[in-house]
Amino acid sequence: MISGFVFRALEGRIVAAVGILLAIGILVPALNLLTPADSAIHIPTYAMSLFGKYLCYALLALALDLVWGYCGILSLGHGAFFALGGYAMGMYLMRQIGSRGVYGNPILPDFMVFLNWKELPWFWHGFDWFVFAMVMVLVVPGLLAFVFGWFAFRSRVNGVYLSIITQAMTYALLLAFFRNDMGFGGNNGLTDFKDILGFSVQADGTRAVLFFMSALMLSLCLILASAIVRSKFGKVLVGVRDAESRVRFLGFRVENIKLFTFVVSAMMAGIAGALFVPQVGIINPGEFAPANSIEVVVWTAVGGRGTLIGPIIGAILVNGGKSFFTGAFPEIWLFALGALFICVTLFLPRGIVGTIQHGFRSRKAYKAAAEAEKGRDAQPSVAQAAE
Amino acid sequence: MNTISETRKKSLLYLDNVCVAFDGFKAINSLSFVVEPGELRAVIGPNGAGKTTMMDIITGKTRPDTGTVLFEDTIDLTKKDEADIAQLGIGRKFQKPTVFESHTVWDNLELALNRSRGVFATLFYTLSPEDKARIEEILETIRMTHRKDEYAANLSHGQKQWLEIGMLLAQEPKLLLVDEPVAGMTDAETAETAVLLKEIAKTRSVVVVEHDMGFIRELGVKVTCLAEGSVLAEGSIDFVSNDPKVIENYLGR
Repeated sequence: MISGFVFRALEGRIVAAVGILLAIGILVPALNLLTPADSAIHIPTYAMSLFGKYLCYALLALALDLVWGYCGILSLGHGAFFALGGYAMGMYLMRQIGSRGVYGNPILPDFMVFLNWKELPWFWHGFDWFVFAMVMVLVVPGLLAFVFGWFAFRSRVNGVYLSIITQAMTYALLLAFFRNDMGFGGNNGLTDFKDILGFSVQADGTRAVLFFMSALMLSLCLILASAIVRSKFGKVLVGVRDAESRVRFLGFRVENIKLFTFVVSAMMAGIAGALFVPQVGIINPGEFAPANSIEVVVWTAVGGRGTLIGPIIGAILVNGGKSFFTGAFPEIWLFALGALFICVTLFLPRGIVGTIQHGFRSRKAYKAAAEAEKGRDAQPSVAQAAE
Repeated sequence: MNTISETRKKSLLYLDNVCVAFDGFKAINSLSFVVEPGELRAVIGPNGAGKTTMMDIITGKTRPDTGTVLFEDTIDLTKKDEADIAQLGIGRKFQKPTVFESHTVWDNLELALNRSRGVFATLFYTLSPEDKARIEEILETIRMTHRKDEYAANLSHGQKQWLEIGMLLAQEPKLLLVDEPVAGMTDAETAETAVLLKEIAKTRSVVVVEHDMGFIRELGVKVTCLAEGSVLAEGSIDFVSNDPKVIENYLGR
């Protein structure tokens, strides 16, 4: 049963994508660690971390594609799940600093000492334990998605109304995390990390492992997402997207279908956030900014929603473009992003991968039609034979 | 002799004194309507007579303000939602053909198949030989075997209507509600649909809402005429179409 579920996922292009991702996941760290710094094929650590960041964004876009591309739920708040996963990882990394902080307090992170707090808030307990923190990376975003989805989908909030409340959700979290008394470092967030599992977060080796983990988690989530969308459940998902009432009148519980997908997607976004934080070295409330979540939608749309691979390509391309533009022409990046979104909407509504796939499919249909035509010519109809 | 409780006990679907108002407009006004097991029934009436609202009430989309809606004499449908009612065995075809356009004909039928519909059951579902045989059988019934791998989006209007009827068959309902199945069909397609519905009605109850009087004559069944939210006349097609009230309210217009 389970093996069938996974086996179904391994369709040609998914296998190819996973192969490429894992090759990148091994090759890039290898070129970083094993080649001398002056070699032509050496990849500097900053570039590796930058690309690792793109892989985390790609995972976030993949998570969004599952709910938007397949289930038709346009979430404009996926950045919130990403940030919550990031905060869970950040809390672990803060507890690892120990007495090496500026104030040298063995238990309390610097910002708590600064705020004159005497003891660790209850929700910080357990985060010094890696396994617990990793469980929280999944549980916290998943729980928020569950509670949010439970109310939203049960009351049949749909379309643009749902999008607006997801946006409101991430904005509310932004405001909450900005407050110092929330206990998450307020405005400055969590930073100045030292160790992860005893290894220095700055070391090239640690960076290489984090990069590999990003590629690996992206691959595993891609396989999981593919298994989901290629199962009968995935077909029901597309049904919900295209004709929700038909699904309902066939006897499916649409609210449960949406809730499951939303929670799985939020957990994937949480994993992406958790891998993102040690690679960039900081998590702050800015990650909850509504604009971030909208950018994820742009990546997904550019790559092609409802294709799984498209959003990965979209996230890497758009962020690559962002890094280039903000370096070369910092003042025009936002215009470029806006123009990109308009152009994709107008000229490439299926996105890059969607357009290629559609072209391929119509060519196949055209060929089949031509073949049928030929067959008809070869065999004269009864009427012709009678003449 | 207590005739009312007799009819109720025998009935598959029993509506009594049902009222629904939308912003003060009475869409359904003390409507009573009984369908027996194995019955094929036609419902006619002018626009706004409450035909579609009646289907909405039966399938749980709209809650009646007052009245009784019973399925198999014991199940109160006003307390259930769409998914529950579908699982009880009431299938519904919409006025506008509603199929899953980005799925193939086969996948459309596979989704409709009356199997466990939970999240995990569908995640780990694999097509069993019985299910495969059942889908092939339905494809045969709706005469679409040769188009099973076609995307539903590429089907003609008439074929979409048949596919939707096929999906309802896959659902194995005890009662099928069909809203204007021949709207927009050619004469040949209409005749074929009549044959199809009569065949389906051999094993279950069917309620057909239709404007096409020729089609209803072809079905040759008991007809209920609705107007302004209640029953105007009920009986054979000749009886109903000669009723002066029906002529005035519907046919004469």
